[in-house]
Amino acid sequence: MNRRQIDDKKFRQIGRRELLKLTPVLALGAFAIPSLQERLLKKGLGFNDWAAARLFRPGHLAPTFDNADVAPFEKFPINGYDVDDPGVDFDKWTLTVTGAVQKPGDYKLAQIQSLPRYRQNTRHICVEGWDVIGRFGGARLADFLNAIGADTSARYITVNCADDYYESLDMATALHPQTLLCYEMYEQPLTRAHGAPLRLQIPTKIGYKQAKYLTDLKVTNVLDKVGYWEDQGYSWFYGL
Amino acid sequence: MNGSVIEIIQPQGKAAEGEEAPPTVVARAVYEHPFIVRLCHWINSVALFVMVGSGLQIFRAFPSFGAKIPQKDLLHWPKAFAIGGWLGGALQWHLTFMWIYMATGVLYLGYQIFSGNYRQVLFTPRDIPGVWPMVKHYFFGGPKPPVREAYNPLQKHAYTTAIGLGVLSVLTGLVVWKPAQFSWLGWMMGGFHWARIWHFAVMWAILGFVLGHLVMVILHGWNNFMSMLTGWKKDPEY
Repeated sequence: MNRRQIDDKKFRQIGRRELLKLTPVLALGAFAIPSLQERLLKKGLGFNDWAAARLFRPGHLAPTFDNADVAPFEKFPINGYDVDDPGVDFDKWTLTVTGAVQKPGDYKLAQIQSLPRYRQNTRHICVEGWDVIGRFGGARLADFLNAIGADTSARYITVNCADDYYESLDMATALHPQTLLCYEMYEQPLTRAHGAPLRLQIPTKIGYKQAKYLTDLKVTNVLDKVGYWEDQGYSWFYGL
Repeated sequence: MNGSVIEIIQPQGKAAEGEEAPPTVVARAVYEHPFIVRLCHWINSVALFVMVGSGLQIFRAFPSFGAKIPQKDLLHWPKAFAIGGWLGGALQWHLTFMWIYMATGVLYLGYQIFSGNYRQVLFTPRDIPGVWPMVKHYFFGGPKPPVREAYNPLQKHAYTTAIGLGVLSVLTGLVVWKPAQFSWLGWMMGGFHWARIWHFAVMWAILGFVLGHLVMVILHGWNNFMSMLTGWKKDPEY
């Protein structure tokens, strides 16, 4: 044990010096300054998204569940940012594909339904905190991207919706085997309130990334629009 | 400097004429809290404050642990005691400060393990016999057991538990944040739904610790409080 004898003045000096070493803690006070707060939190969220993208494993599947664990259809919440039914005309509906693809154009639902159909019981998690297990069916987005000759080295997929909602996805998630262009729930055609005729269903993403009433899909390296909720201040990546 | 002792002495000179008198020791001080421990303590206390405040705001968005349909609210936490103002704002705080919270946790644990300083605070089976006498003293007016080291057995138990709760808050939080990537961890907690409940329960347990901790800090006075700022505890009881 190290023992020293000093006078009170010197002792107080040592105490002051040790106290001053803690000044870096005061840097956290920057978060309390209104003009800096927004910028710092934006940086924090950006770092969080960066880390989240690194934690995403393309081959790792989200948990799937038995039919017995699936919530009854009536108990699957209907959540939209605006209207439950934007009044899509199913006869005229097409998915307009643009961007870095070999075969751009308007795709009919039947063309998407001609791709292999996958059905999965997965958990849908809302950013609010609730979750519900549902049964979803549709074509893999990866298969569709392959069919339209998409450049899968591009960074993003962006979508527009009939209710003016918009979203964007990282390519890794778009190519994930559980990421669906979903046209049925509970083995029935998607209802209008759940996003008919076509929505995204992504068990590795939070709910608001899973846009409904799709009308446009673009493969791109530049995000001119990010996402409706992201523009309000929510996380962009929000992978689960 | 860990384990260092300072003897505070009266200035020499006037004590005696001619001869050199031995200095009079008027007080003792022990270096109890190394710099890294103090740094982590204070950064973490800010981070914890933000995590709890923003976490409660996030909880306000869906104050329930049941289904969405029908929604049965558990409690309506007042907005005044929450941070972030709205769900998106609270998430920005929560997802930013969780990195600060985890960084101090990792730095603290790493330092404690590699410096060996954990020995002064880690509760071990050796401390078990000393717990009951301390409980008797604190709560039932029993005699005060002799103080032999920086932390008594009950303190060691409290701090070791608190660190354990901190680790649990991170693990349960990881599952709520990334239930697909950490699905194995979620499975151990009973799934996403349960992880959210555990995360909430762990927060209240931590708040319980903080309350007890603050009461004890007030009861133990100024020198004890200052030791977490300067590292040195003046006039320790041992």
